[in-house]
Amino acid sequence: MAKMTLEDLKKLRDEKKKSMDRREVEGKDIEIIIGMATCGIAAGAKDTMSAFLTELDNQNMHNVVVRQTGCMGFCYAEPTVEILMPGMPNILYGNVDKDTAVKIVRKHILGKVLINDHILDRPSADIMQQ
Amino acid sequence: MAVAAEEIKLTEELRNFVEEWKDRPGNLIMILHKVQEEYGYVPRPVALQLSKDLGVPLAKMYGVVTFYHFFKLTKPGKHKIAVCMGTACYLKGGEDLIQGLEEILGTGINTVTEDGLFSIDAVRCVGCCGLAPVVMVDKDVYGKVKKDQLAEIIAKYRAE
Amino acid sequence: MAFKQFILVCGGTACESSKADDIYKNLIAECEAHGVKDDVQIVKTGCFGFCEKGPIVKVLPDESFYVEVKPEDAKEIVAEHVVKGRQVKRLLYQGEETRKHARIEDISFYQKQFRIVLRNCGLINPEDINEYIARDGYAALAKVLFEMTPDQVLEELKKSGLKGRGGAGFPTWMKWNFSRKVKDPLKYIVCNADEGDPGAYMDRSALEGDPHSVLEAMAIAGRVVGSNKGYIYIRAEYPLAIHRLELAIKQATEMGLLGEDILGSGFSFEVEIRFGAGAFVCGEETALLVSLAGERGMPTPRPPFPAVQGLWKKPTVINNVETWANIPIILLKGGEWFSKIGTETSKGTKVFALTGKIKNSGLVEVPMGTTLREIIYDIGGGIPNGRKFKAVQTGGPSGGVITAEYIDTPIDYENLQKLGSIMGSGGMIVMDEDDCMVDIAKFYLGFTVDESCGKCAPCRVGGRQLYDYVDKITKGKGTLEDLDRMKQIGHAMRKASLCGLGQTSPNPVLSTMHYFPQEYLAHIDEKTCPAGKCKDLVRYFILPDKCIGCGLCARRCPVVCIKGERRQPHVIDEAACIKCGECYSVCKFGAVVRK
Repeated sequence: MAKMTLEDLKKLRDEKKKSMDRREVEGKDIEIIIGMATCGIAAGAKDTMSAFLTELDNQNMHNVVVRQTGCMGFCYAEPTVEILMPGMPNILYGNVDKDTAVKIVRKHILGKVLINDHILDRPSADIMQQ
Repeated sequence: MAVAAEEIKLTEELRNFVEEWKDRPGNLIMILHKVQEEYGYVPRPVALQLSKDLGVPLAKMYGVVTFYHFFKLTKPGKHKIAVCMGTACYLKGGEDLIQGLEEILGTGINTVTEDGLFSIDAVRCVGCCGLAPVVMVDKDVYGKVKKDQLAEIIAKYRAE
Repeated sequence: MAFKQFILVCGGTACESSKADDIYKNLIAECEAHGVKDDVQIVKTGCFGFCEKGPIVKVLPDESFYVEVKPEDAKEIVAEHVVKGRQVKRLLYQGEETRKHARIEDISFYQKQFRIVLRNCGLINPEDINEYIARDGYAALAKVLFEMTPDQVLEELKKSGLKGRGGAGFPTWMKWNFSRKVKDPLKYIVCNADEGDPGAYMDRSALEGDPHSVLEAMAIAGRVVGSNKGYIYIRAEYPLAIHRLELAIKQATEMGLLGEDILGSGFSFEVEIRFGAGAFVCGEETALLVSLAGERGMPTPRPPFPAVQGLWKKPTVINNVETWANIPIILLKGGEWFSKIGTETSKGTKVFALTGKIKNSGLVEVPMGTTLREIIYDIGGGIPNGRKFKAVQTGGPSGGVITAEYIDTPIDYENLQKLGSIMGSGGMIVMDEDDCMVDIAKFYLGFTVDESCGKCAPCRVGGRQLYDYVDKITKGKGTLEDLDRMKQIGHAMRKASLCGLGQTSPNPVLSTMHYFPQEYLAHIDEKTCPAGKCKDLVRYFILPDKCIGCGLCARRCPVVCIKGERRQPHVIDEAACIKCGECYSVCKFGAVVRK
C-alpha cells in the first residue's frame, strides 16, 4: 500500500466507518466475532472458532464472516463471542465451547432464537459513539 | 555436559540475526533471546563465539544472562512445564500443583527429569489470572487445573 | 416465525438467589396469558454484573434496563412493555445515586464500567489497521501534526489532568514538558510494557486488543518533544501481544502513519520493539532504560530524571501502556472532556485486573472514584462459595491490603495512599477468610527478595531480613520483639532504598501488620493460623461424633496416616500427618476439623 496523505486518511476513515456502520442495517452480512486474546485462547477460543467454521460449512452458509477481536474483559466467561446479524439484537455470549458454538449457529443464526444461560451484557457504553 | 557442548555450532538463522543486529545499540538482550529461542538455553560455546563476534566480554554476558529469570544456562526438558505462581494462582493453589507435579515426575522444581522429557519451573504470572491456577506445558495453557488432572496432562506429552 | 422482542432475565448466581427463576417462569406464563408467546422470547442469561441491583431484566431490542425486579412485576412488564410498548418507568434504572463519587458529567449510561483505555478492545480486529482507523484511529495524530502546536497539545494534557498509570501517578504533561525543554537533537520515546506485577495483565490485554492506540500516542509524544525514535519494552512472556504489535507497526509503516514523513507532514517517527527478560525491577523506569540498552537492569539514582537524561543519556519520555492508550482520545475529545471523568484530584479511568477469590474475575475499567464495593460486588459478583470477604490487595508487591471497613472508599491515587496501599499498575486481588495475611506478606516478600537487583543494601539486606522474620512467624517461632524489628526495618527500607522496588517492598508486610495485628499475634502467641494456611501451625483431627466411618479420607490420604474400622470413627495420626488438607476437603460430613 502506498503512503497516505491527510486526505487519504480521512477518505479511508469515512469509507471504513460506513462499512462498519452497515452492520446496523437490514441486509447486512452476519458476523461472528470471537475474543482472541491470550486468556480467550487459553480457554479454548481456537477450538470454538474451528467449531463455528465447521458448522457453517456443514450448513452451507456463506453470508457469515468469522472475525477475531481482543479481550472484552470477561476472563471468567471465556471464550466470548458476539453475534451481529439483521433482525436480531447484537448479542454477546460467554462460555462458548464447541457445543455452544454449534447451538449458536443452529438456533441463534438460523432459528433466530436466543440461547439460555450464555448471554452477557456489554461491559460499558461505547465512548466513540458519544 | 562439556563433551556434548563442544559440538554446538551457531545456526544459520542465529548467524543472520547477529549480522542484522550487530551494529544496533543495546543489542545483547535481543541476541540472547534469539540464542535461547534456537537452543532452549544459552550454551557456553555459543556464548563464547558471540563474545568474540560482538566484542562483549564473556563475563559481561554471563552477568546479563544470570540477572534475568528468562535466560537459562542449562538445557531444559523436551517439554517445559511452567506453573504460574502469580498472586492469583498462588491463592488458588499453585503450590499444590507444583507439589503434585514433583510427585508425578519424581523430580524437583527447576530441574529436568532423568529422561530429559520434562522440566518444571515456577513462573511469575502468565497473565491468565481469570483461569487461575494455571499450568503451561510448552505453548499450551491449562486453566483452573486441579491436582488430580495433572497426571492426565503429563501423560498426553509423554505419549508424544 | 421470528421473535420481535427478547426479555433477558439475569441468571447470575446472585440474581438466582433473589428469585430470578420465578421471574423467568412468571414472564413465560404472562406471555402465554396475553397471547404473545410467539412474539417474545424469554431468555436466561449469564451474570450481568449489576448484582447489587438484581435481579435484572433487560428488554431487547430497545435496551430497557429494569432493576430490582420482583416476580410479581412480570405481569406489568408483559402487559405494559410487551403488549402496549410502554416502558415500566418505576423499574427502570435511574442510575446516578449509586455513583456519587465517580463523576461523569453529561454522559448517560447504566453500566458501572467506562472504557477509555479499552475503548477498542473486544470491538475491533487488532490485526487490521483499517478497523482502528474507522474508529478515529490516527485522527489524533493527524490533528497534532496539522492543527495543533506542541504547546497546545501540552495544554490539553494539562487540562485533562492525566497522571501516569504505571503506579507513581506523575502528571503526564509535566514529564513531556521536561523533555521538550531540553535542547538535544536526539531524544527517545519509550513505552513501558514490562508488566511485572504478578496478578496483573491490563497492559497485555490492551496491547493484544488495540496495539495501534499506543503507537499513535508515542508518535504524538515524539512530535511534541521532538523525537523520531520510539521503543516498546515488552515482556518476552507475552508472545501474542508482541506478534500483534509487530503487525501493527508493519501496517502503520506501510500506510505512512509511522516512518518517514508521516502523512506528508515532514515529521518522521519509527518504533522498535525490545524484549524484557523477566526482571520485575525493570518496571522501574531507570532500570528499564538500562535494560533496554542491553545491560543488567539495575536502577540509577534520580535525578537526573529520564525526561532529562534517560536512554543512552538522552532525554527520554517513558510512560506505561495504559497512559499511552489514553492520549489519542484526550486529544480528540479534549482535555476538558477527560477532566469531567473521575474525582477532584484523579481524572479519567483506571483499568484493574480483578482476580483472586471473586466470581466474575476479569479486566474492568472504571472511572476514578468508583468504590471497591462497586467493583467487587457489582462488577465482580462478590466472593464465591459463600465465603466472607476479608481484604483486597492493590498495587501488587508494592502495595497493601484494604479491609472490609474501607470497602466504600472511592478509589483514587490519594485515597489508596491514605489507606497504606497504592494504585500501582492495577492488580486487584480479592482475598477471603481462607487467606492468611501473614502468608500473603511472605508471598510478596519472597517475590521482592527474589527480584531485588542487589545494588543497594536497604533492599538487598533489609528485604531478606524481613522475609526471615515473617517466615519465622509462619512457623510459630516468632516473638513480639520481632514485630517491632520488622517495623524498623520496613521504615528504613522505605527511606533508604534506591528505587521504587526497595522503597515499596515492605508495604505488604507493614500494611497487613497494621490492619491485621490480631492475625500476627495469633501466629506468635497462640501458635495458630486462623485461616489454616500456615502448614506448620495447623492441626487436623476428626470429630468422633460426626465421623460415620465412610473411609473416604483414609483412602485419599497421601501418607496413609488415617486409620479406623469401617463404620467406626477414624483417627488421624498427627505425627505422620503432612497437613495437606485433603481429608478436610473431601469429608462430606464436616467431621474433619482444622485448628
